[in-house]
Amino acid sequence: MADGAHVAGLGRHFQAPLRMALMAAALLMPAAALFAYLIGSQVDQLLSDRTLETLRFELQTLRAELDRGGVAALTTAVVKRSDSAGAGLYRLTIGEGHSPVGNLEDMPDGVQSAGGVFKVRNAKDQSWHAAVGLVVPVPGGGSLLVARDMEDQRAFAETLRRAAFGSVAVLSLIALAIGWLASRRDLKRIAGVTATSRSIMAGDLARRIPRDHSGDELDLLSANLNVMLARIEELMQSLREVSDNIAHDLKTPLTRLRNRAEAALRDERGLAAYRDGLEKTIEEADGLIQTFNALLLIARLEAGAVDSTRVDCDLAALVTDVAELYQPVADDAGLEIAIDAGQAVHQPVNKQLIGQAVANMIDNAIKYSAATPTASSGPIMVTVRSRSADVVEIAVADRGPGIAEADRERATKRFVRLEQSRSRPGTGLGLSLVSAVARLHSGGLRLEDNSPGLRVVLTLGREANAPPLVERTPAVDAAGV
Amino acid sequence: MRVLVIEDDRETAQFLQKALNESGHTADTAGDGDSGLMMARDGAYDVLVVDRMLPKRDGLSVIEVLRGEGARTPVLILSALGTVDDRVKGLRSGGDDYLTKPYAFSELLARVEALGRRAEPETQTTRYVVGDLVLDRLSHKVTRAGETLQLQAREFRLLEYLMRHVGQVVTRTMLLEHVWDYHFDPQTNVIDVHISRLRSKIDKGFPKPLLHTVRGAGYVVREGDG
Repeated sequence: MADGAHVAGLGRHFQAPLRMALMAAALLMPAAALFAYLIGSQVDQLLSDRTLETLRFELQTLRAELDRGGVAALTTAVVKRSDSAGAGLYRLTIGEGHSPVGNLEDMPDGVQSAGGVFKVRNAKDQSWHAAVGLVVPVPGGGSLLVARDMEDQRAFAETLRRAAFGSVAVLSLIALAIGWLASRRDLKRIAGVTATSRSIMAGDLARRIPRDHSGDELDLLSANLNVMLARIEELMQSLREVSDNIAHDLKTPLTRLRNRAEAALRDERGLAAYRDGLEKTIEEADGLIQTFNALLLIARLEAGAVDSTRVDCDLAALVTDVAELYQPVADDAGLEIAIDAGQAVHQPVNKQLIGQAVANMIDNAIKYSAATPTASSGPIMVTVRSRSADVVEIAVADRGPGIAEADRERATKRFVRLEQSRSRPGTGLGLSLVSAVARLHSGGLRLEDNSPGLRVVLTLGREANAPPLVERTPAVDAAGV
Repeated sequence: MRVLVIEDDRETAQFLQKALNESGHTADTAGDGDSGLMMARDGAYDVLVVDRMLPKRDGLSVIEVLRGEGARTPVLILSALGTVDDRVKGLRSGGDDYLTKPYAFSELLARVEALGRRAEPETQTTRYVVGDLVLDRLSHKVTRAGETLQLQAREFRLLEYLMRHVGQVVTRTMLLEHVWDYHFDPQTNVIDVHISRLRSKIDKGFPKPLLHTVRGAGYVVREGDG
């Protein structure tokens, strides 16, 4: 049973290439036969034409003989030619009563009055040979037949015909074999794609399609499918992270909310306590909504689900505007915001999302600087710089406690929250959101040491000559595919 | 004012109806798009509150049909979809304002009242006067009891918005949307700080404050105590 199944599986594996090979054979073989037939008949025709030419020339020579020495000279010439070895056939009759002269005793059947193609019996082996000949009248009522035994030519044409058919047939078979092997190879690779996709559907999201790095179409297809699979895995991963984080970030405040309501109900003070409890509950609910909205927005940005309606926007003006919104907040915290925006920097962006990102950056800077004594050593620096035609950098540098180098990279990752952020007001999702906005604008988020303090750099856009998503192999590029 | 709430969730609809009635308005409810459309056609409502996702006929379609028939009644769209694009789509269909669920009732009330006021004939006022506070939109001058106040451009626009809605509560979100054109969460109560700056300029040193804080809702400019 198991063996049978295995063989059946193997058979299925070879079915497609075999079918293709048989189809090609069905087309190629008649073509080879036709080709051979055409070659043979062409050669035949050519040889017959040339023989007739020779015969005409010979007849001219014999006529010259007749003109010079009469019938006697002609007879001598015919006898002489008949005796010489070769393919020449002659038959000369000189009127009634004379026996024919030459190496053909009987007039062969099928000879027309002017000659043509006919069969003659070979004198040596008595077999029938094909011949072509011309007949001319001789003065005195006789006739002269000059012919050539065509058997050799026939044999030559036949050999050619066979050779043509044979070589074409062999070539076709070789082509078929190559095609079969090649298609089997490609189909095997396609079977690899099928196998990979099956195991991915079964849940193994980390599987990738094997590549041979040949740079051909199938290899490129595999490469692109792999990029797609990576993206799908990433999305699945982020979905999992979102649900984990929603559970984590919402469960704590929900528990707090519930506890508070319960405590208010138990409170002996009655109405005043209820009122107080309800107000705090609403406050807590508002915080929950804020966290929920931030989580949802990050998830949607990460999934690329936000149709980024981008408009050309002066980022210098936009950032200045947001910084000015926070200026009084900074003033109240005894901080200063210095804006270095320079000239207008235009880029197509989603204005609200960039506004949100810059607001988060400045808000963070104020929050952390306000609680740090060293913060007074300098203003919060907000800078907008155009790095190139395609890339803009927005940086917010503070004099707060900063983030330890080991934690910096982690802090920009999706949904990662450093422990210190949990004790502060706000959702603690600020930088995650900035990072998500940056990615949506083909940019990134970088945390640097401002010694002391933290410098948060948001880049928007990407260099035009930056490597594309899928690197093509040099061979393919060279071929200009 | 007369308000029609088109909302399929019965509990939400009843809560809104009760709360609007308690706030001095008359509210009716409709449970689906078709009956909502019929009621909106017949009743002379000042404001429509339309949920975006409704059975039988979705909210945006209700608005489009009404606008197609020439009705100019202001519409507040309620939606669980909160991105900028959803908002733009909602306003493009003919809605006048857009509120994302979940919302605070005070936010909804402030917006409904602002919309109801807008329906009244808009006079091309160039001067807003509240008590002895005068804002001149043409000369960009603000005076209180004849005394010129030095306001920054943004403070001027903030006061202008508050004075246009004199006697009406405006929320922090409304201010952020209309004065700054921001539709995002500023994390901190930035608006409160801006308001306190403005307050120190227009109310400080004057016996009667005009800019009042409405607890749990927002701010209001009016004569008399808040």
